[in-house]
Amino acid sequence: MADDDIRTQEFVTPATSSSPVAETVADGIAPRDRTEGLVPDVPTPRDVSTAGLTADAPVVAPPRRGFREMLPRRSGKLIVGLVLTIGIGLFAIIAPFVTQDPWNYDNPVFEPPSAAHLLGTNNLGADLFAQLAEGAAGSLTVGLVAGAIAVVLSLFFGIVAGYVGGWTDEGLSLVTNVMLVIPGLPLVIVIASYMESRSMWIIAVVLGLTSWAGSAIVLRSQAKSLRSRDYVAASRVAGEKPMRIITVEILPNLLPLLAAQFLFAVVLAILAEAGLSYLGLGPSGAITWGTMLNQASQHNAFTIGAWWWFVPPGLMIALFGCGLSLINFSIDEIINPKLRTAPAAVKSVRKARKAQVRDEDTRPDPEADAPVDGDDTGGNAKEKERVNA
Amino acid sequence: MTALTTGPLTTPDHAESIAGLAPVLTARNVSIEYEVTPPVKAVKDVSLTLHRGEILGLAGESGCGKTTLAYGINQLLKPPALRTAGEIVFHDQDGTDIDVAALEGDALRAFRWDKISMVFQGAMNSLNPVISVRSQLFDVFTTHRPGMSNAEKLERSRELLQLVGVDPNRLDSFAHELSGGMRQRVMIAMALALNPQVMIMDEPTTALDVVVQRGILREIMRLREQFNFAVVFITHDLPLLLEISDRIAVMRHGEIVELNTSANIFAKPQHEYTRKLLASFPSLTGDRGSFVRSGESTEGNAL
Amino acid sequence: MSTLEVKNLIKDFRVRGSGAGKKFRAVDDVSFTLEPGRTIALVGESGSGKSTVARMISKLETPTSGEILIDGRKSATRGRALAEYRRNVQMVFQDPFASLNPFHTIAHHIERPLRLHGKAKGRTEIDAQVHQLLERVNLTPAPIVAARRPHELSGGQRQRVAIARALAPGARFLVADEPVSMLDVSIRLSVLNLLARLQREESLGVLYITHDLATARHFSDEIIVMFRGKIVERGPSDEVILNPQHDYTKLLLGAAPNPENHGRLREEVRRELASASATSGDAGAARDRFGTADL
Repeated sequence: MADDDIRTQEFVTPATSSSPVAETVADGIAPRDRTEGLVPDVPTPRDVSTAGLTADAPVVAPPRRGFREMLPRRSGKLIVGLVLTIGIGLFAIIAPFVTQDPWNYDNPVFEPPSAAHLLGTNNLGADLFAQLAEGAAGSLTVGLVAGAIAVVLSLFFGIVAGYVGGWTDEGLSLVTNVMLVIPGLPLVIVIASYMESRSMWIIAVVLGLTSWAGSAIVLRSQAKSLRSRDYVAASRVAGEKPMRIITVEILPNLLPLLAAQFLFAVVLAILAEAGLSYLGLGPSGAITWGTMLNQASQHNAFTIGAWWWFVPPGLMIALFGCGLSLINFSIDEIINPKLRTAPAAVKSVRKARKAQVRDEDTRPDPEADAPVDGDDTGGNAKEKERVNA
Repeated sequence: MTALTTGPLTTPDHAESIAGLAPVLTARNVSIEYEVTPPVKAVKDVSLTLHRGEILGLAGESGCGKTTLAYGINQLLKPPALRTAGEIVFHDQDGTDIDVAALEGDALRAFRWDKISMVFQGAMNSLNPVISVRSQLFDVFTTHRPGMSNAEKLERSRELLQLVGVDPNRLDSFAHELSGGMRQRVMIAMALALNPQVMIMDEPTTALDVVVQRGILREIMRLREQFNFAVVFITHDLPLLLEISDRIAVMRHGEIVELNTSANIFAKPQHEYTRKLLASFPSLTGDRGSFVRSGESTEGNAL
Repeated sequence: MSTLEVKNLIKDFRVRGSGAGKKFRAVDDVSFTLEPGRTIALVGESGSGKSTVARMISKLETPTSGEILIDGRKSATRGRALAEYRRNVQMVFQDPFASLNPFHTIAHHIERPLRLHGKAKGRTEIDAQVHQLLERVNLTPAPIVAARRPHELSGGQRQRVAIARALAPGARFLVADEPVSMLDVSIRLSVLNLLARLQREESLGVLYITHDLATARHFSDEIIVMFRGKIVERGPSDEVILNPQHDYTKLLLGAAPNPENHGRLREEVRRELASASATSGDAGAARDRFGTADL
């Protein structure tokens, strides 16, 4: 029974697919409704109940165990994104403890950057580097909280609606569509302007409550599609309850998508907060990058030439947003593995071709071709033939 | 079983059976690799001769390389697939020999579809969903026969549809308005449009019901009688090949393990893999034999 | 007596977009009885309704009318009675790639039914039973298979896992919906043999749904032929295959590829061309009658 031992068998391992998690095409037949199975890329996609053939060649790359294979591939994009995001995040956490007091106005005003004040001072004499650090904490907090609220809401309105269907779906979708149609930023502006005192948390909550609709729609359509998968049906037949199916069977397969939606929401929230603050509707009494920009503009930093006031916060917003987006691109590659493999595929073929040409150049001239004798097996036909076994 | 053999197994009368035939396509020592890490050899040193008017079946399971080989012959390989060795020669009926592998650009475009055409796997979904059948047929002519007038194109398109058994009035239909079988027939019509000398069909009937399949096969046979093109019929359905093809090449792991006439493959298969494949198709009307219900132990673990 | 009886099942689907509620009858008055140790093959082409019958039996769809009786009693659609039904009736799906959740291990897939139906409790007991089930379907060494994820197994192995999962609750009746049609040719027999062995060992009643007449004949005791939702012929397997009564059955049998008919199609085509009559003959007439002439 040696052959039965699963360890001695060679497996065909995961190839590309355009479903949310890299499903496989192993040996055997690629199922219907599966677009673009393996390498080779069938020029005309959309396979239908065909037997056996998109899995025409085994794809290698050793199987990565479990959760790890859901993580993004290490790449330049991802590394830059992580460096930016984690760097700024650490800055936001640690810097406020090591910098000066951002509310201390005892310093000379409008000082350019110097050893004493790394980013100079503002119109009231506050150290801007300290403000930047405080602002980082502020902006990131707003972003994360708003992002979390948005994701939780979109999860509920999206996945539950998509899976349960029927009247539940109709009702939840109605709410989603209404929220989608109402323009987000104007709504936030209206709400913010009605509030007398606006703390950072309230702003975050308001932003979260108004930005989940788009994500909910995406999640709903994904849930609807996953719902008709055989493994969900199999769970139902096995006797699973709907809530467990949603949390245990469907949700894990949506994790990359959820992560991407979350990061997206955070970026949007930070930008929205900056926008609000710039309009003077931001958190009162707190420092964020947006409030810094607002104050800089109110006190004519640009005309005075005090670039050290408005450039750093703007730059931080841009860099953080960039970092998050780069991470999102890497997550996109998980969701759609073709983005990952196609460029690499072209590169490796180019390399191989070059190697081929190099080999041909260095090989001695080939002999004259063996004569074609009309027999497929070439000159050794007689040797290979088997008389009746 | 000596390890000396480096080619497909066959029987002595195979050579006799192809003795008088004129070759139309010769592939020699073709190797195709997938440039992944580590590289995968999808087709290993395959040599094959297709004769004029012949139906050659290419049988094998998934992963054996038959589709890759077909794409390689037609220069349709996409990265990371790469033909690393071998030559492919097309023997035109006007007597010239064309080195297919060396064609590129305009010459390749002129060659493709005109001399060799292909019906793809999953062809039912290969029709462009947003343009009509007429436009797609016209596209073929516009690309390859720029001199044709619209009236000529129309006439030829109607003729083609009629040839494959589709009502010419369906020329303006869209793909979704046609049944699966009809779509397949349209694909065959497109492949026939320029009167190719070789048609490569990759699982053309697999996704179709058996009754529809029989109709399509009948159509292909009839067209072949009329136009005498050669067919490379790729499928895993060995009984089908045994019924309709002249010769069969059995592929496995990128190599042709056996090559013989269908009659010989059915009556005296040489390679154990061929026997195994044959055994996987229980006879419909023959003895129930030692199959399933008596609990024979063909029940091993996975491959 | 232990039986799963299907009585006068009818399933209508609403057709969208064609005016006020046009209905499409997918299953039209289907009845049969599954008994322990016997296999019934439900044979038909796409659109015949056989998969809808399977889904109704596994309670993924509700019949428009008709009943499903288990052991003589009406089967439930809710609550504990439904759980009880599910313990007895399980399904193996067609697509080995889609019927397992790519995120979870094999162990998870087999564990869930064990837990849900109280077959085992506690880590050790569950693990032991999971391994046992894997061994029964010839997936060894079981602990290693259990730790793998679906994409690390081949198609045939995944289908075996699906069978193990179906057996986990201790089912007495198994609906196998085209269990091998998506597997490589050379593994099909081994999976069917496995099903046959398990049926013998567990005295299962099996409903084998397929479009392949050859395996239907060899694998089952009785064949039921469906066409457009209706049963057109039924009987002992050998009878139906070797001595078909209904024209549609004859058409199906005639259309199946048969190596013994080598060269016959070419001859027919040559004769047709010679006599220049394209669609005459019985085959053409039969095709027309069953609406497959516009293929």
